[in-house]
Amino acid sequence: MQASISLSSSSPSSLAFARSDRAVEFFSTNASKPSSFRFCGLRGEALGFSTLKRSGCNQVALSQRRLFKKLSASLKDNGVPSKGFDYDLVIIGAGVGGHGAALHAVEKGLKTAIIEGDVVGGTCVNRGCVPSKALLAVSGRMRELQSEHHLNALGLQVSSAGYDRQGVADHANNLATKIRNNLTNSLKALGVDILTGVGTILGPQKVKYGKAGFSDNVITAKDIIIATGSVPFVPKGIEVDGKTVITSDHALKLEFIPDWIAIVGSGYIGLEFSDVYTALGSEVTFIEALDQLMPGFDPEIGKSAQRVLINPRKIDYHTGVFASKIIPARDGKPVTIELIDAKTKEPRDTLEVDAALIATGRAPFTKGLGLDNINVETQRGFVPVDECMRVIDKNGKLVPHVYCIGDANGKMMLAHAASAQGISVVEQVSGKDHVLNHLSIPAACFTHPEISFVGLTEPQARERAEKEGYEISITKTSFKANTKALAENEGEGLAKLIYRPDTGEILGVHIFGLHAADLIHEASNAIALGTRIQDIKFAVHAHPTLSEVLDELFKSAKVNSGVSNPVKEPVAI
Amino acid sequence: MAGLLNIGTSFIPSSSTSKLLRYPSSLPPANRNNPSNRTLIQAKIREIFMPALSSTMTEGKIVSWVKSEGDKLAKGESVVVVESDKADMDVETFYDGYLAAIMVEEGGVAAVGSAIALLAETEEEIAEARSKANSSSSSSSSSSSSSASSSTVASKPPQEKTPEAVASSPAPSLSKQASAPSVVAASSVHPASEGGKRIVASPYAKKLAKELKVDLGSLVGSGPMGRIVAKDVEAAAAAAVLTESPKPAASPAPSPAKVSTTPGIELGTVVPFTTMQGAVSRNMVQSLTVPTFRVGYTITTDALDQLYKKIKSKGVTMTALLAKATALALVKHPVVNSSCRDGKSFTYNSSINIAVAVAMDGGLITPVLQDADKLDIYSLSRKWKELVDKARAKQLQPHEYNTGTFTLSNLGMFGVDRFDAILPPGTGAIMAVGASQPTVVATKDGRIGMKSQMQVNVTADHRIIYGADLAAFLQTLANIIEDPKDLTF
Repeated sequence: MQASISLSSSSPSSLAFARSDRAVEFFSTNASKPSSFRFCGLRGEALGFSTLKRSGCNQVALSQRRLFKKLSASLKDNGVPSKGFDYDLVIIGAGVGGHGAALHAVEKGLKTAIIEGDVVGGTCVNRGCVPSKALLAVSGRMRELQSEHHLNALGLQVSSAGYDRQGVADHANNLATKIRNNLTNSLKALGVDILTGVGTILGPQKVKYGKAGFSDNVITAKDIIIATGSVPFVPKGIEVDGKTVITSDHALKLEFIPDWIAIVGSGYIGLEFSDVYTALGSEVTFIEALDQLMPGFDPEIGKSAQRVLINPRKIDYHTGVFASKIIPARDGKPVTIELIDAKTKEPRDTLEVDAALIATGRAPFTKGLGLDNINVETQRGFVPVDECMRVIDKNGKLVPHVYCIGDANGKMMLAHAASAQGISVVEQVSGKDHVLNHLSIPAACFTHPEISFVGLTEPQARERAEKEGYEISITKTSFKANTKALAENEGEGLAKLIYRPDTGEILGVHIFGLHAADLIHEASNAIALGTRIQDIKFAVHAHPTLSEVLDELFKSAKVNSGVSNPVKEPVAI
Repeated sequence: MAGLLNIGTSFIPSSSTSKLLRYPSSLPPANRNNPSNRTLIQAKIREIFMPALSSTMTEGKIVSWVKSEGDKLAKGESVVVVESDKADMDVETFYDGYLAAIMVEEGGVAAVGSAIALLAETEEEIAEARSKANSSSSSSSSSSSSSASSSTVASKPPQEKTPEAVASSPAPSLSKQASAPSVVAASSVHPASEGGKRIVASPYAKKLAKELKVDLGSLVGSGPMGRIVAKDVEAAAAAAVLTESPKPAASPAPSPAKVSTTPGIELGTVVPFTTMQGAVSRNMVQSLTVPTFRVGYTITTDALDQLYKKIKSKGVTMTALLAKATALALVKHPVVNSSCRDGKSFTYNSSINIAVAVAMDGGLITPVLQDADKLDIYSLSRKWKELVDKARAKQLQPHEYNTGTFTLSNLGMFGVDRFDAILPPGTGAIMAVGASQPTVVATKDGRIGMKSQMQVNVTADHRIIYGADLAAFLQTLANIIEDPKDLTF
């Protein structure tokens, strides 16, 4: 009974491929409330991109598979391995990337095992996107409830908003647990073997795994995917004690809320935490090595985001400086941060704060992976790969049957990118040419309001246009002119489209505004499928919705070429 | 269905660099409506106006200046990004020239049609334009938060400093003056700043200090490790405003001369009372004929402080909040609002008029908030501001300062934690209010906690008001202040 329940509520086919209408039906009949939660989490976090190119064509096959699974769940096989191997595919690391690859591998009929030394779900689920979304959900509501001006404009009266720190922390932790169980169940349900222990590559097509203190098991596999992910990067000179000097791993547990916290790094992680901490009453100081805050974003978006997310909040910042030394609070002294000039290395300032969060990015985790055994050397810690995620050895040659996806290869350190890469690899090992177009992978920062983008930033697009000799055009729309945004009294924000006026090709879309993270997919799908502006501008958007921001964006673009033929079939990407 | 088809048509289309909207960003001199500028600005220095970007736009916010002061501009180049009620748009110039002076800084708001910058035709005219920007920005108050512009411009060429330009920056100097006494205290131990070499202030404190023009160097931090936090800046700004003109002064008792001793006093001379000081003196002597006594009470103000923080932005002042709370307590204790005119009877006053002692240059006056129990807190705050302005201009009418039935004297903003006041003749009671300070308190359940508490001390005429009356009144007042939700109705 247990088996059939887990099958129906978290079968991968429903997770990855169900269209929204089917999903609703599915839930009303089968699932209890919690599983609907898991569903959202997985779709949003893990498989955002990967669904796209398969929806439709594979759906029929999948429903059949589900029927089949129901009948034969007890048999617990996920394919028959190729001759002479224990498995067709062994994935080292059960994060979102490994999970995505495993699901797709089973779908392709490969006998699959996944090796995990820690907990299933990896960074995203346990120490990253998932718990942070729980905190951000809280911070978003706190912000709304505290914004008297905003509430009054809506005619609402709220006496005062408060929060219980432990309650908030529990929400984040519970969410992570829930999503983790969901991932585990979905793997088990498909019959993927979850092998516990640290995975080490012994040689070509040979992997050992085992817990410390136990004897190792050696297995053979036709193909191996490295998906070991990353850990928070802590620059040298910074002493992390887990209490007053912390990384995102600790911050997500929300053990205390300092009056004043310095956040080193103003990328996604830093920005999201600044949103959380300021909503819960902290004051924040950003320390950014580059001359500008939010260096990863399109400059214009960054500037306007700064006007909303930084300037009016209880946040100040130091740019162009490194935190050369951070000493945790002890002996009655506060956290001490020494700042040096990023260029001249001369001392600039000393800060004394209650806590410091190190959000300087993430470092690939490849320890104990046995890369030496296949003659591979990491570059700045990353496993070198080609565009098909095939691992490259010291001599620049491809290592047969070894692939690396996700944060460990450093191509694009996003959960859904890892998953997409994993699916791409599975496509290849099952005999199809497949190259993932990384420019079609959207990214989002879940501040309030959110920031999202796909493709090139304006400076990148200009550089490329100059090199390749074409013109680019830019058009922008504001959320201020969107009915739904105004109804929500959230007119702050803009969307920006970078495109080629000669062909109508979309080069990049950047959104800052209400629900930007959910809005970007129209643009990322268009890029992935090669849809041109002159075609997509005829697509209809429901009124009034936020999606009209993009509608307006596409309509305001001026494309010189005539209407091209509508895309008849998805273009391989 | 029509609605669906009309999506977005009523909105201004988005701005884009490819189709910059052209607005006449400067107008011929004849169109200028500011008479003060007409004489000052010659034809070659043009004003850049806040354009009307939509039919409904009345004011616009400067998002960013694309060009900075001194930059050369070519006709058609975009100069500034303006945020209207609908969208952000680039505004371009119609003339060649130099961006001489920015009059409304980024983030500032200006009314449609008001000047936001000056455009000089030649490089030589830049300085001239700047001095003009100086005088016009100080004489006109069109730009709201942009007062920074006047100071930055003023700091540049000292040459043509018009009197107005000088007048435009009294705020910082005043605040310095006001906080001068606290500098002495600050030089004691400031653990977070290595003996005062460095200023340690929280991000929000820094922001506030910039906004309120408070010099952080002169503050003593009350935060962890002596760090300056937001409320230190707020307190300093409040004190600065008070010293600037009306200082809510003491009870009549500490001689008013003392308040204004420091500046401009010639030692070894005898200076006769002014009329006002004479009146104070007479009243003080007269008060000796009244048998007074005092009752004190400690009130927790956490809830009040929180409320204040919430509604401060709507112009509500602490004075108004205290007056309102007092008035509401008096409603329940009419005897405390009574007076003894002839030594034989109670005169129960029909209205509750709260007089608040205010120190003025060389004197003391008690503007009266009439019917403080009936007015809502916002009206009361407006009324109070009006009274203070009038007091400053010495335009208070007699009924606005001598109809008080109960007097409030607050020295809290100076850090005074308790004091006692002398009863003004003709009233029954006066309340002296001390500073609210974080205090360690033991609670009934055996825990130790931190609460902000202030001490109040009521002086009353014992012929009519007895100890039990004051005790009951103070208890009511404490209840109101500790649960201040009634104050906002």
